[in-house]
Amino acid sequence: MKKTYKIDVDCANCANLMEEAAKKTDGVKDASVSFMTLKMKVEFDEGADPAEVMPRVRTNCKKVESDCEVFL
Amino acid sequence: MNKKQKKLLIRILAAAVLYIPLFLLAEGVIEADIHPALLFALFLVPYLICGYDVLWKAIQGIKNRKPFDEHFLMTIATIGAIVLGQYPESVAVMLLYQVGELFQSYAVGKSRRNISELMDIRPDYANIEGDGGQLERVEPDEVETGSIIVVQPGEKVPIDGIVVEGNSSVNTAALTGESMLRDVGPDSEVLSGMINTSGVLKIRTTAEFEESTASKILDLVENAASRKANAENFISKFARVYTPVVVYSALALGILVPVVCMFTGLGNYASVADIWRDWLLRACTFLVISCPCAVVISIPLSFFAGLGGAGSQGILIKGSNYLELLAKVKTIAFDKTGTITKGNFAVAGVHHSPVEEEKILEYAALAECHSSHPISLSLQKAYGKNVDQTRVTEVKEISGYGVEAVIDGSVHVAVGNDRLMRRTGVEPVACHHIGTVIHVAVDGQYAGHILITDELKEHSREAMAELKKAGVEKEVMLTGDIEKVASSVAEEVGLTDYRAGLLPADKVTVVEELLKENEGTGKKVAFVGDGINDAPVLARADIGIAMGALGSDAAIEAADVVLMNDDPLKISQGIRISQKCLHIVHQNIVFTMTVKIACLILGALGIANMWVAILADVGVMILAVLNAIRCLFVKKI
Repeated sequence: MKKTYKIDVDCANCANLMEEAAKKTDGVKDASVSFMTLKMKVEFDEGADPAEVMPRVRTNCKKVESDCEVFL
Repeated sequence: MNKKQKKLLIRILAAAVLYIPLFLLAEGVIEADIHPALLFALFLVPYLICGYDVLWKAIQGIKNRKPFDEHFLMTIATIGAIVLGQYPESVAVMLLYQVGELFQSYAVGKSRRNISELMDIRPDYANIEGDGGQLERVEPDEVETGSIIVVQPGEKVPIDGIVVEGNSSVNTAALTGESMLRDVGPDSEVLSGMINTSGVLKIRTTAEFEESTASKILDLVENAASRKANAENFISKFARVYTPVVVYSALALGILVPVVCMFTGLGNYASVADIWRDWLLRACTFLVISCPCAVVISIPLSFFAGLGGAGSQGILIKGSNYLELLAKVKTIAFDKTGTITKGNFAVAGVHHSPVEEEKILEYAALAECHSSHPISLSLQKAYGKNVDQTRVTEVKEISGYGVEAVIDGSVHVAVGNDRLMRRTGVEPVACHHIGTVIHVAVDGQYAGHILITDELKEHSREAMAELKKAGVEKEVMLTGDIEKVASSVAEEVGLTDYRAGLLPADKVTVVEELLKENEGTGKKVAFVGDGINDAPVLARADIGIAMGALGSDAAIEAADVVLMNDDPLKISQGIRISQKCLHIVHQNIVFTMTVKIACLILGALGIANMWVAILADVGVMILAVLNAIRCLFVKKI
């Protein structure tokens, strides 16, 4: 399953860091962050519940870039 | 400006106001006797006002073990300068760094908004009629397929559907890039993103919001930014190498060089302290230039602006990588029908007629008035006036021959092929032109024939010439049609190269040959088709361009570039947009890198101090971002 989330982040490089962090989260198969459109596209593992996975994605992103936000 | 930006602006202004008198004081313009410790404390105020968040992020960078974090490097550079007694420089660096950040965030936000305005087709709501007949606004994605929605004048059609009630004109500008009104009534198909201009329309939706045209187009444009171009990949690789190299060079400058100087006595320094002071300062200057931000931000911004600009013209490019390829297209293969020609039939001429042409057309149109065959329709279109069916009596359709009818109660007309003529007892004159020939006999006398051909598109000829101007070296027309038709169409639009009598599979072979010819030259081969039956060719070419794709899912799927309307001039416009965009990208790469490297060299030599470094760094970023935004302006191309 794929879902798109709005994000907020200030710099292009930070967006890349968020992408890496999101990819490493359990339950996430793949993720791509577009700085220009401020969107995060997340592909979930089979059977994963986005409502359960996304808060962890958000926490992981905050770890690498304190100044970011993922709108769930 | 958003809240964050406003806050940063206020901090910058406050710090600047505090900074200026301090600067004048430190430079000796204002004379005052101030204790050095007090001066230090005073400088610390603007430094912290504008830089506290940088310091905070630097601490977190250390926690996360990110040695090349830009905030961390900025902090080291400025604290280093403070330690070396360079208070004015240190605060200025922090101040200008923040000015750069603010500008960058503002400019990116602004162009983001501009681009989404250009592509302003996302509907915000849908109207559903409630039980009492009153309209209810709901989120478009809550509307189920098959529901009835109401679109009032001035509103956007939110979801694709079929009109069930009401007549109106809809404007397709947001979808095709050209303001064009289309009349719709019951049973007409309407697409989301069209704007209803006059009457109220009731529409039965045929898709969900996500599957509607507007959502698909937006999705396509937004995802385009994630397919990175070579230039972007190059820049991110460069950024990954650049910062570490600069940081290690700074370490070398700040530690290695002074040690060497100490032991060799190079450089005529008065004291050991002077050696360290000088070289540590140069090392700090290096760190100031260590962030590759200007390049990193301006390249994707250029591509994004280019994609958005092209989208606003009805040219949807599916990725930055395709934009890059499109700029290098030197060979284009065209499908004939639907690309160069309209794909619908039209009267090309009336020959061998003893009476006026209009009369023949009138008779033919009247006789064929009950038929909906494309050829009959083209006759009626050529006649141009309203066909009054009451004038036609005794219509006799003879399958495989044509039509016989009596017009105005007295004129016996036969309209059809040569067999019908012979059957009627007249000898038809053969046409030496190419196309479908309709013979007409009036009252048993041969009255000439009407030649019906596929019409060329209005701009086909112009488009071929424009493409040459845009740098295309070879244009080939591919068609399944016979040689005679192909050669005449090719000649009409000014093409010298064409291949006739091709089966769909042959088209792939021809494109493969073209690809082979251009292999290794860096020149790209494009194929332009209407997306019907030519998906394999679209996929095989370096870049597949589908035209007239408004509402055609198959074409949107198969192609790399989608032209929303069917004007062939859009091909050259698309190429020019991508060339302009790529040109700007190259300018930015060369410009920013040259300035950075020059600053590094001058900084190492001690010619450029911190002032020069930060001014150049912020300046180059501002210029690069402004230059990138030029990609948005594509209307006049």
